[in-house]
Amino acid sequence: MTTFLGMPALPAFGSGNLFAGESFPTAAHRELGNAQLRANLGHATHTIRDKRQAVVAELPDWEQLRDAGSAIKQAVMARLPELLEEFETNFTARGGVIHWARDAREANEIVAGLVRDTGETEVVKIKSMATQEIGLNEYLEEQGIGAFETDLAELIVQLDHDKPSHILVPAIHKNRTEIRDIFLREMPGADPALTDDPSVLAMAAREHLRRKFLTAKVAVSGANFALADSGTLAVVESEGNGRMCLTLPETLITVMGIEKLLPTWQDLEVFMQLLPRSSTGERMNPYTSLWTGVTEGDGPQNVHLVLLDNGRSAALADEMGRSALHCIRCSACMNVCPVYERTGGHAYGSTYPGPIGAILSPLLTGIEAEENNSLPYASSLCGACYDACPVKINIPDILVHLRSVDVDSKRGKKKVPSQMDVGMKAASWALSSGKRLGLVEKGLPLGRLAAGPDRKITKLPGIAAGWTQSRDIPAPPAQSFRDWWAKEHRNAGGAPGTPGTPEAGPSRTLSPDTKETPQ
Amino acid sequence: MRIALFATCIVDAMYPATAKATVRILERLGHEVVFPSGQACCGQMHVNTGYLKEAVPVVANHVAAFDTADYDVAVAPSGSCVASVKHQHPMVARACGDAALEARATAVGTKTYELSELLVDVLGVTDAGAQLGSYFPHRVTYHPSCHGMRLLRLGDRQSRLLRTVQGIDLAELPEQDQCCGFGGTFSMKNADVSSAMLQDKAANIESTGAELCTGGDASCLMHIGGGLSRQGSSTTTLHLAEILASTMEEPASVIGEVRVSTGKALR
Repeated sequence: MTTFLGMPALPAFGSGNLFAGESFPTAAHRELGNAQLRANLGHATHTIRDKRQAVVAELPDWEQLRDAGSAIKQAVMARLPELLEEFETNFTARGGVIHWARDAREANEIVAGLVRDTGETEVVKIKSMATQEIGLNEYLEEQGIGAFETDLAELIVQLDHDKPSHILVPAIHKNRTEIRDIFLREMPGADPALTDDPSVLAMAAREHLRRKFLTAKVAVSGANFALADSGTLAVVESEGNGRMCLTLPETLITVMGIEKLLPTWQDLEVFMQLLPRSSTGERMNPYTSLWTGVTEGDGPQNVHLVLLDNGRSAALADEMGRSALHCIRCSACMNVCPVYERTGGHAYGSTYPGPIGAILSPLLTGIEAEENNSLPYASSLCGACYDACPVKINIPDILVHLRSVDVDSKRGKKKVPSQMDVGMKAASWALSSGKRLGLVEKGLPLGRLAAGPDRKITKLPGIAAGWTQSRDIPAPPAQSFRDWWAKEHRNAGGAPGTPGTPEAGPSRTLSPDTKETPQ
Repeated sequence: MRIALFATCIVDAMYPATAKATVRILERLGHEVVFPSGQACCGQMHVNTGYLKEAVPVVANHVAAFDTADYDVAVAPSGSCVASVKHQHPMVARACGDAALEARATAVGTKTYELSELLVDVLGVTDAGAQLGSYFPHRVTYHPSCHGMRLLRLGDRQSRLLRTVQGIDLAELPEQDQCCGFGGTFSMKNADVSSAMLQDKAANIESTGAELCTGGDASCLMHIGGGLSRQGSSTTTLHLAEILASTMEEPASVIGEVRVSTGKALR
């Protein structure tokens, strides 16, 4: 570790499961071929979407709550260093131990060391994005420590040796028949007569998990919130497996991104209204567990928190992008995203899929890391995510910002400019002057030669070939509007439009012969 | 009043009938239309593809064309281009540190309206049939484009105008708020996902039995129409300005064949 004036040097960017190993279009192409996945995702996202819509519509002050959530998070980001220190002081005073981790590797080593200190070789886990992000399960396995997921969906994914595809519903891409088959294949002692009835499957998982809960001495969790004024941590969940993990074992190790802080206990009031409604479409989630350090004779007596940076400081340094850190991991954005709905989470290559992943992953890793520069383009900029976000992260604007960071990062580095570079340069020249656009338009009727007798163009070259893959384009008209207007106004005795002079003659009705007539 | 038409590059070059229809509607209401000839494009293609540097001259050109012209309000038959003028132009100016351009861009933005917004909010059109003589005896379905819906918050302005067109049979489009998948260069960079979105949109349009899908954005309509055409569908697309401008005496012309209620093709 290098030190400078006693300050550890931060790595600029994060590591771990934040990288797209292949470009988004390549991964999306493969995932789109999976009809079962598309059907499952379409069904699941629409169900959650409608539920969310219904419970959000119930609250007359929903928009004010969003504003409050956004304002609190902005204030947190502005004061993050002092809030972290305040939290550390209070958490430590109540018997907790704080560890600071600069990146995934450091966080993994800290957790493995803490588990080793207990002498145990198994841990139970609460669903946690932060531990997915750092690849903790895989690391612990390498160290001879078994990590058992206790969230039902995480359990399904883990048993199937798969990766989660959704941050709230990790097994959203699997249907109940697939789940039954996974249980029969991978769950020790599963009843061979298992049906695909959801309640039967849930009971089978429950029996399997009970055995783990009652024997585990160490639990690993994430956290939804950390309250600086009291040193309290919070986990918000649906199934109760979290409550088991947080109360039964002797040792509790929590891994949390530094952006999860809230200044005061009272701020929870806002987020406990925003989060359940936005994520599961519930007015209130079934289990909210809060713990403040160690309570003698009650619950874990050995309480640790690993505070994770892993690129968050880098994201915080990006003025346009920093509000991505406001994310409370509710998943509302992916449930309304037309791109996510069709490709699923795996196409994004990172722990964080969907619209938030498309901005968060490249912010945490830097735009030039692996294929993460393709993620900001994985959006039609339809804006549904921004409307759904409970803390009003302007995802479309940040996507556009990151695209410009990507384009700028490549300027002057390429031997040969890409077709897109050339096209954009030419278009910039043509579209920054009415005269030049007029000249280009004079040439457009030549495009009519490329059209068939039905006046459609069905094949375009180069980067535009993506368009004609599934779409025709109409033949250009014989005359642009601009030319028509100029001609019309010469005929009417008016000068063709010069800015600043009234150019239209007296009102007139267009004669029928000015209409477009097909050839 | 004097209204400056921002035709938008795609309408100017590819869909002049949409701009002519816009002129016709405004003149029919007794207003004077001017066309600042320096105009070209709003620059959203450059901004949305990350080419901010290349967007600057495009934005500067638009601002120059529209802040020197003499007019009361500007109008464009395109929600996404108006959203770009209002939201992106000041942002682009800010990004290149040009405070003067930012101020001018903001001023142009506040005077710029999307067509339905101008008709409803400023010109007081509540009944297209009665006030514009709009007549369009066809079964039509309507797709509200994303930027009009979510950036300009047009709400039901467009569908309200359409509903009051004489003779129209307006069919509700299922899942109408879902993006058609155009997204500018997204349709080329992520052609597979874009096509998957387009397929679903086309299927929803087909399910209504409409002869036409209309909307307020030429580029989205080009995308939807291009997909329908490739699938060999008999359903086409037509900008809502052309439906509003259509009258009994001067019916809208549609490229391609449209089955009309009278049984004869409308050419």
